[in-house]
Amino acid sequence: MPEILVETHDLTKRYGSTKSSGSVLAVNNLDMSVEEGEIYGFLGPNGSGKTTTILMLLGLTEPTSGYARVTGLDPLHDSLEVKRNVGYLPENVGFYDDMTGRQNMRYTSQLNWIPKREADDRIDWLLGLVGLSEAADRAVAGYSRGMRQRLGIADTLLKQPRVAFLDDPTIGLDPEGIRELLDIIVGMARDLSITVFLSSHILQQVQRICSRVGIMFRGSLVAEGTVAELSEAGSGEGSVRLEVEASGNTDSLAESLREVPGVIGVTVRGGEVALDCVGDVRGAVASKVIDGGMELRRLVTVDRTLEDIYMYYFRQAEAAAVESEAS
Amino acid sequence: MIPVFWKELSDHFGKRRFVILLGLILFASTWAGFVAVRSLPELAGEVPPDLVFLQLFTGSSGAIPPFLFFLSFFGPLIGITLGFDAINSERSQGTLSRVLSQPLYRDSLFNGKFLAGLTTITVVQVSIVVIVVGIGMFILGFGPTLDFSLRIAVFTLASVIYMAFWLAIAMLCSVWFNQAVSSAMTSLALWLFFGFIMLMVAGAVSDALVSNPQTTEEAIERVRVERMARRLSPVTLFQEATVTILTPTIRSLGPALVQEGSRLERLRPLPLSQSLNLVWPHLTAILALAAACFGISYARFLREEIRS
Repeated sequence: MPEILVETHDLTKRYGSTKSSGSVLAVNNLDMSVEEGEIYGFLGPNGSGKTTTILMLLGLTEPTSGYARVTGLDPLHDSLEVKRNVGYLPENVGFYDDMTGRQNMRYTSQLNWIPKREADDRIDWLLGLVGLSEAADRAVAGYSRGMRQRLGIADTLLKQPRVAFLDDPTIGLDPEGIRELLDIIVGMARDLSITVFLSSHILQQVQRICSRVGIMFRGSLVAEGTVAELSEAGSGEGSVRLEVEASGNTDSLAESLREVPGVIGVTVRGGEVALDCVGDVRGAVASKVIDGGMELRRLVTVDRTLEDIYMYYFRQAEAAAVESEAS
Repeated sequence: MIPVFWKELSDHFGKRRFVILLGLILFASTWAGFVAVRSLPELAGEVPPDLVFLQLFTGSSGAIPPFLFFLSFFGPLIGITLGFDAINSERSQGTLSRVLSQPLYRDSLFNGKFLAGLTTITVVQVSIVVIVVGIGMFILGFGPTLDFSLRIAVFTLASVIYMAFWLAIAMLCSVWFNQAVSSAMTSLALWLFFGFIMLMVAGAVSDALVSNPQTTEEAIERVRVERMARRLSPVTLFQEATVTILTPTIRSLGPALVQEGSRLERLRPLPLSQSLNLVWPHLTAILALAAACFGISYARFLREEIRS
């Protein structure tokens, strides 16, 4: 059975005192675990508590209550040992701009007490791995965003961690840069057998490499599983999405379709109307269009995109939040 | 801590702003020492010949203030330059969380930076003093006696502590303010306040407490109040302490220092231990202030949340 490398129990972080009204619950009773060898996608919109969770896992922030275990150790009390075992790529990673990429990495190797000869070999190899051999001896000030992120990955791997925490590594990169970076991450997880804990606010970007994802919303984990499991669950409950195209005014079409029983959501998209329905109501929709004197051109069920699944969990969590506030 | 120390040390000596400031201070202090030597013949009647050597540091001629004053005013600038962006630049560059996720304690980073600053200060101070002494020996043709060498060593140590105090102030600001500019401005404001404004405040305080002195006692009282008020500023503490250390004829730090200083100078010089006795409170106060600033910034930095 694979070892559990990252786990949290009722992990909670509250900013501001409990009594004052200004207190913010950044992470709320989080329970999760990541096994060795996984690429765990930690997803959620900005401000949902992803970074705070990672900081608590690294011992850089103290939890208000609950606890975390990383490689079996408490990040608060064994912080040095935990930091020896894990690599961390912060969101918007920074380097000393006046130093070269190689000098920056050499400093990291010194902080890790890696012997110089070994460090130099490893730095050369890692810079090659992330495709920065050419730029290694240029000042970081002249690096592009993608190059910085790749240097960040190399820097994270320098200490040969068991777990790598990558906080939103694809932010601000172009599609090509994202593809390159994700390939590097997959490669390092496979070839160096590193467990990867990857946070992102855009599911599409990272879903292809994640073996499992967890979705954070307002400090709570609202869903967890493989991408396939989540998409199945998200499209469940007999909910169906239809796209309708007909002659005549789209807005009035949308209005009339709203009255069809079973339709719970109506969106106008260009020349067509998208319907969220409970159950397959295609028949009722078709007769409504024809009764209205319009010509039905197209009526199809659509597979939910990942975006929809993602949004589904957010809406559900939001609704639950509103409910609990009301009660 | 050691890797942090070496990196910071090489950073300090490589920074352009530091090199420029260092050049200015070296120039100003050698110039002051040089002028002091040139003015020695005029003092020949007033200063006993065996005390001449220390005049290099305290002597002045009209337009150019003595070496000591250069140091008391510009020493703080070195401390501030070395410390004002110690922590907040790491924060704004986004390197702080990357460095702190390496296996080192948080205080190692802070201590390493402080120690690197302290080492830089020591190197600067020692080289300035050696240059001035060298000029003196070259022109006078003789070196300082053992007692004077010890005095110069104590003076050097006191200056290092004084600049370390300003380094601690600057590092405190760098922990407190996230913007390097606010931190620099605040440290400079403190420097201006203690260096210049405090003198006016002290004057105002003594005016208010002893206005319009009639008798000699009242006049002395007034000077005493003003001096005590000035001593709230570390700049004054440093000046008094170092003047006393470098002028063996000063026997008291009361009002007489200003009033009758020149006459007292003809008295027999004190041994170093007695001079030290006079300024022990001054030196302790500066050291305590430096330690307090260091402690506050240290405590605050350790409790700080690291988000970037």
